[in-house]
Amino acid sequence: MKLFTILIVDDSTAMRSLLVSTLETLGDIRVVQAANGFDALRVLPREQVDLILTDINMPDINGLELLSFVRNNQVYKELPVIVISTEGSHKDIEKGLSLGANEYLVKPFQPEKLLELVKRFL
Amino acid sequence: MSVSSSISPNVVRDFLAEAEEIVDELNTQLSDLADMFENGESDPDLLNAIFRGAHSLKGLAGMFGFTIISEVAHDSENLLDWLRMGKVVLSDAVLKILFSSAELLATLLRACSEGTLEQHRDAATAHTAAISACLNPVKTNSEFSVFEQLGLSDTLTGALTEYEEHRLKENFSKGRKIFVIHASFELLSFDTGLAALTDILKKAGEVISTLPSVGEQVETHIDFDLLLGTEKTEQELSVLLQDMAVSVTPTGSPIWSDKIAESEKTKDFEEVVVESPRMSAIQKLPASPSTTQDESVSARSMSSTVRVDIGKLDELMNIVGELVLAHSSISSIANRMRADKFSRMAIDLGKAAKELERRLADLQKGVMDIRMIPVGQLYEKMSRIIRKISREQGKNIELKLFGSDTELDKLIVESIADPLMHIIRNAIDHGIESPEKRLAVGKDEHGTLRLSSYQKGNHVVIEVEDDGGGIDIEKIKQKALSKGLIADAASMSERDILDLIFLPGFSTAEKITDISGRGVGMDVVRNNIAAVSGMVDIETRLGYGSRFTIILPITLAIIKALIIFCAGRIYAISITSVVESILLSTSDIRTVEGKEVVNLREQTLPLLRLERLFNIERIGNPPEEQYVVVVGAAEKRLGIVVDDLLGQQDIVIKPLGSAFKSLKGISGAADLGDQRTILVLDAGGIISETMRAGGG
Repeated sequence: MKLFTILIVDDSTAMRSLLVSTLETLGDIRVVQAANGFDALRVLPREQVDLILTDINMPDINGLELLSFVRNNQVYKELPVIVISTEGSHKDIEKGLSLGANEYLVKPFQPEKLLELVKRFL
Repeated sequence: MSVSSSISPNVVRDFLAEAEEIVDELNTQLSDLADMFENGESDPDLLNAIFRGAHSLKGLAGMFGFTIISEVAHDSENLLDWLRMGKVVLSDAVLKILFSSAELLATLLRACSEGTLEQHRDAATAHTAAISACLNPVKTNSEFSVFEQLGLSDTLTGALTEYEEHRLKENFSKGRKIFVIHASFELLSFDTGLAALTDILKKAGEVISTLPSVGEQVETHIDFDLLLGTEKTEQELSVLLQDMAVSVTPTGSPIWSDKIAESEKTKDFEEVVVESPRMSAIQKLPASPSTTQDESVSARSMSSTVRVDIGKLDELMNIVGELVLAHSSISSIANRMRADKFSRMAIDLGKAAKELERRLADLQKGVMDIRMIPVGQLYEKMSRIIRKISREQGKNIELKLFGSDTELDKLIVESIADPLMHIIRNAIDHGIESPEKRLAVGKDEHGTLRLSSYQKGNHVVIEVEDDGGGIDIEKIKQKALSKGLIADAASMSERDILDLIFLPGFSTAEKITDISGRGVGMDVVRNNIAAVSGMVDIETRLGYGSRFTIILPITLAIIKALIIFCAGRIYAISITSVVESILLSTSDIRTVEGKEVVNLREQTLPLLRLERLFNIERIGNPPEEQYVVVVGAAEKRLGIVVDDLLGQQDIVIKPLGSAFKSLKGISGAADLGDQRTILVLDAGGIISETMRAGGG
């Protein structure tokens, strides 16, 4: 059986481990990590990803650029994407939604909130 | 709200480690920013990187429920955001606030690990106030739609963050040309090609954004549109990019977006013409090896390092230590068996033990290697501080760094950071003169500070050398006399006098400045270095400068020790601090001012009796023939008188615990592998203790 695979894109190691430990409570899922937009683009063709959780503010290729790529790509365009960003970047979140993000989360958030959002896509 | 209640301590440790890294990085970048500001330069990428640091820290701290840290980071982020958006202009005052933010964040992280975060609430509030006072917007260009003027398509502009939009406007309003560079790379190896392209573009101008897009070969390729702001013309750009398989499109003409549409229409035609040279050009890229190799390269770069808690390595090292001890007992059993004529099996056991010893040595070396970090990490911290202090003091200091790849145990690196910093602060504060004074005495206006480190046998030597005014021996003498630290200096050598600065409560500063003279004296420096079995030595020449030499063991985890016997007790002493051992006849001992000394190769060597140091009552007389273990560094030596030398052995030093922290002359305890536990002598501590006792 293929496990539901979530790709986490965040340049913070601590943030990624926090997300991983939260997501692991869901049980039968697989989590793949990427440290930035670059890594995410490398991971995508190699892993069968079912959901992307991405931070926005990252060097070089940011979360919005990644999202824009996913939505414009024939292979990945249906892939659900949840954008995670820090409060105060409302403009960026609005952009994310207009680019086709399925959901957004504002840091700091409760783990339950994240789980609730993710469960919608399982 | 926070999640701190439900997250594991491990994840919190991750947070602290990463947060510290971010703050360290912030400090380095701020120093760079200050340097550039001083030279009248600016670098939007640097400013943005600093902003991103504060931004990440805010988000992280918020997620982990450390609201005070998050708030302070948030305030700094605000100021940085205004700076990068051009709403606030960089000035000395703003820089000062940013440095203080970084300092406060470092303090808060320390408090966080100690659980005393709440005590810093006031400092955080004051910080908020200081930042808000800074946020007076300068007048910015009225809103204008740069996208329309440039004729950029929605796909291109839709994914720009607010900041990227600002950079685009900024470039545009400065009269730079904006180009769209389109490139196509193989999906599995795009990173190397894109990195090479970005490098070239960054030399030509500012890369405003990198937008991945869908190319013509969706399955195998990934395309990118890069927005570049540059002063170069289209032709110059084409020359720069001639080896790259890219297309360069200037913007600014209103028909540009139509052009795209047109080229879409003629795609079929173009594909034939463009595709083959593009492919061959991609092959030419320097960083484009075969696909299989690429795969391994990119997979590796995703996780090439593992962050490990030093505690885990300590545990591992302990186990290795225990194994070494277990091996010692097996060896000794083998030896005893041989003596008892179990010859055949004894020899086999001996062989097996030898093999075990070799493997253990490999294992030990492997674990040790993991603990090693380059001294360069320490240099980075130091150079930041040096730049900061020299700026504050108006001194021109050229920093020369040598041997930054010399490796040391992480624990040692950490424990010498503070003493090293203190020595450096002293060198800048009291050593290197002001530019005016330097010119007056015929020196270069620039003072030079040399930090060098190198390995010497089982030691690592770190030297701090300045070409300042040197230390005035006469002044030290007067000071020590007036403070009553010594009664009479007549019989003291220059070196002895110089050593006085390591006595508690000694400070030669003529005036107390912000930097040194904070009450932390050189005695603390010496004690901290001695705590990791290190030694410190000074050489100085009045008018020419001083050199501090710190000698450290490469690791503390497992050391080779000399096992000694004295007054019925067994001790170990690290072999790295032993210079030599000599046989002593009672008749060789002379007394100078009531203290025992011997003559060793024309030099007087002061003697120390362990039973006296530790107040042990000796039963019976000492043996007629005793040994002297000579310990010390450079010219400062001490002979420890012992009854017998029992041999050398690898030992693992275990700390005695905080109850015995104040105990001088003992660095810990060790297990001898035969159920016996012995004390380990701390040579550095014993030397300074003896100096203190004998200083008057």
